[in-house]
Amino acid sequence: MPREGVLIHTPYERMTNEQVLQIHQASIQILNNPGLISFNREAAEILQSNGAEVTSVTPSDNPCWLVKIPEKLVLRALDSAPKTVKLGARNKDNSLIMKGEEPRVFFVSGSETNIWLDVDFQAYAKKSDPSVEVMVPEFHPRRGTVSDLCQAAHLCEHLETLDAFIRPVNIQDKDITEDNKDVNKYFASLNNTTKHVMAGLTSLKQLDNLVNMARLIAGGEEELKENPIISFITCLVKSPLQFVEDTTDTMIEICRRGLPVVVSSAPQAGSTAPIKEDGIIAQINAEVLAGITLGQLVNEGTPMLYGSVPVRARMDTLNDSYGAPETSQYNVDCVQMARFYKLPCYSTAGVCDTGTPGMQAAIERLFSDILVTLSGPQYLHCAYGLLDGNSTFCPLQAVLDDAHFQMIRFFLRPPRTSQSDIDETLRQIREVAATPQKLYISHIRPMLRSGQLSAPYPFEGDGDADNVLALAYERMNQLLSEPVEHIDPETTTRVFQEIPGLLPRLNIYEERKKQ
Amino acid sequence: MSEGTIAALKENVIQGRKTKDDEGIEAGMAGKPGVLELTHLALEQKIPLETIITQALTAGMEVVGEKFSKKEYFIPDMLASAEAVGEAMEILKPYLEASDVETKGKFVIATVKGDIHDIGKNIVAILLRGAGYEVNDLGTDVPVEKIVEVVRDDKPGFLGLSALLTTTMVVMGEVVQALKENNLRGEVKVLVGGAAVSDEYAEEIGADAYCVDGFEAIKKLDAFQEGKA
Repeated sequence: MPREGVLIHTPYERMTNEQVLQIHQASIQILNNPGLISFNREAAEILQSNGAEVTSVTPSDNPCWLVKIPEKLVLRALDSAPKTVKLGARNKDNSLIMKGEEPRVFFVSGSETNIWLDVDFQAYAKKSDPSVEVMVPEFHPRRGTVSDLCQAAHLCEHLETLDAFIRPVNIQDKDITEDNKDVNKYFASLNNTTKHVMAGLTSLKQLDNLVNMARLIAGGEEELKENPIISFITCLVKSPLQFVEDTTDTMIEICRRGLPVVVSSAPQAGSTAPIKEDGIIAQINAEVLAGITLGQLVNEGTPMLYGSVPVRARMDTLNDSYGAPETSQYNVDCVQMARFYKLPCYSTAGVCDTGTPGMQAAIERLFSDILVTLSGPQYLHCAYGLLDGNSTFCPLQAVLDDAHFQMIRFFLRPPRTSQSDIDETLRQIREVAATPQKLYISHIRPMLRSGQLSAPYPFEGDGDADNVLALAYERMNQLLSEPVEHIDPETTTRVFQEIPGLLPRLNIYEERKKQ
Repeated sequence: MSEGTIAALKENVIQGRKTKDDEGIEAGMAGKPGVLELTHLALEQKIPLETIITQALTAGMEVVGEKFSKKEYFIPDMLASAEAVGEAMEILKPYLEASDVETKGKFVIATVKGDIHDIGKNIVAILLRGAGYEVNDLGTDVPVEKIVEVVRDDKPGFLGLSALLTTTMVVMGEVVQALKENNLRGEVKVLVGGAAVSDEYAEEIGADAYCVDGFEAIKKLDAFQEGKA
């Protein structure tokens, strides 16, 4: 049985049907005028041979082509793109089945930050009364490593609400190079979680090694096809409206191999997209449609996710502002556009502007977590542990986020109302009304341990003390002390024999022999 | 046989099962006798009252209290057990009156004049009954004169006054003053509680204690008992 996710019975939508059509028409017009600049020759050729108007752009420092994509190509791609996408997992019970028309949300980590944020707690004494001490968290940022990535996957394996794993930290060890990064990041992830693993590709040269590794771990070529344990994120369009040379190559090759791929665009309203809501949505929608069109022309039927990471610019720094309410508005709109096309949507929530866990982080991320979840995206990424825009990952924050999603998931349970329930309730009301104390408390007990009542916030301190971070830290360490189901020794041996570039220290069985 | 009855009675207090129809916490208990049926059985088996109270009812409540402290139990569990014990004590009452076994004492409780809020008061009453006190609940909006009359006539060792509002909590001070004027203040310990009340306010009006909830009320009453001993 695949994971259940959370079904949103009545998704929150900002746009009317008429507005959705207006945005769609605007995107179609954008694809024709001004069209896209392609820095990728093959993409231009594929589109041209299928009816797009392609002209060489001169003068230019790099060879590039203006591509005008006609509506009929887009509609053909939207027709052939699968409306249901399966993402497999080492443990098949962790598979995700995403249907474009069904607003069933899966919560996912993400997305490739450079900084890993450690935390420890220091005791501080009160100046006027040194016998009074408080524990204060101290945060220590540092460059992420492959060991951190293993730890992140291990932690995410045990976060109850997390449905799939996007590596949240970039591995920057001295022995990691462009040529071995992909195999190591995927192996470190796959070996420490039995959930689905998705990532971006650093080097196209590593794609076949990765696919071979996934075949070995999944149990064979057919098994991988049936249970795609890995998938890819491609940002082939750089906003505004440019096919990038290398990532477009990557997407073309992934499509040729038929593995699931996210066509993601991340415009910033105000700098690389219009600041107005309809403007950024029309542009990002055009960019995603362009990617889907290209991918379907390469290999019709390739499973694709409509990937949207729209964000508003901060006016003081021009950095991304994930905490701005407009960012959530844009994401909700994109979910609605994806549903209009019946494509599963890869959406974004939970990132915040502040750099450390605390009140601002909780407020900003919970705001977008709730609102974007309510819109019903199938694949909600970035939702665990990201801080400082998209540049820092803190495992402690991921544990806090898991608690947020438990609350959100509980809230989204459908109402339990039936005639028999109402009859029982009426009996209860009449019974209690006839007692002198008029309390319903005795009727709570049958529900108390049935899972029908939500639990208190798990990081609530005793009395007035705010010990949220310290208690979450305890929980994080507890989760990390629980074992994970690694890839079995035989498969691990084959993977290390057949896949070049893997760091020997990632072979846990060989490492154990040394101890 | 009596040992089995006492053990079952204690276990059913822990499970908060008043009657055979209650489910309790562990599965498969519905249909088996609960606290009230087992109390009757214990009396039929001529088990001494002191044994029933100390080894089953009180001992069971102690376990419930421990589980609550460890957050294994919640307030509804505590109240279910206390309610079952309170009703068991009502069954035992005529036998107690005919014997030399003493209860923990009489406790009169009321929400004062002008205030009709009674959720907290009701919970305190249930918990104190479960802890072995004889509770006389006068209800809500109770006039000062009525409270003084009951203290004079029934001679309870303890009086609990409840008020939710800042506008009605002043009546608690009037009750304390009236008890003094009627020479009854030395006869009864006055405990006050409610959302607007505090330790400072209790001291200001001359009450003996402020209790934040029913659990603290039990602790303070038990401490008064120990002080008396």
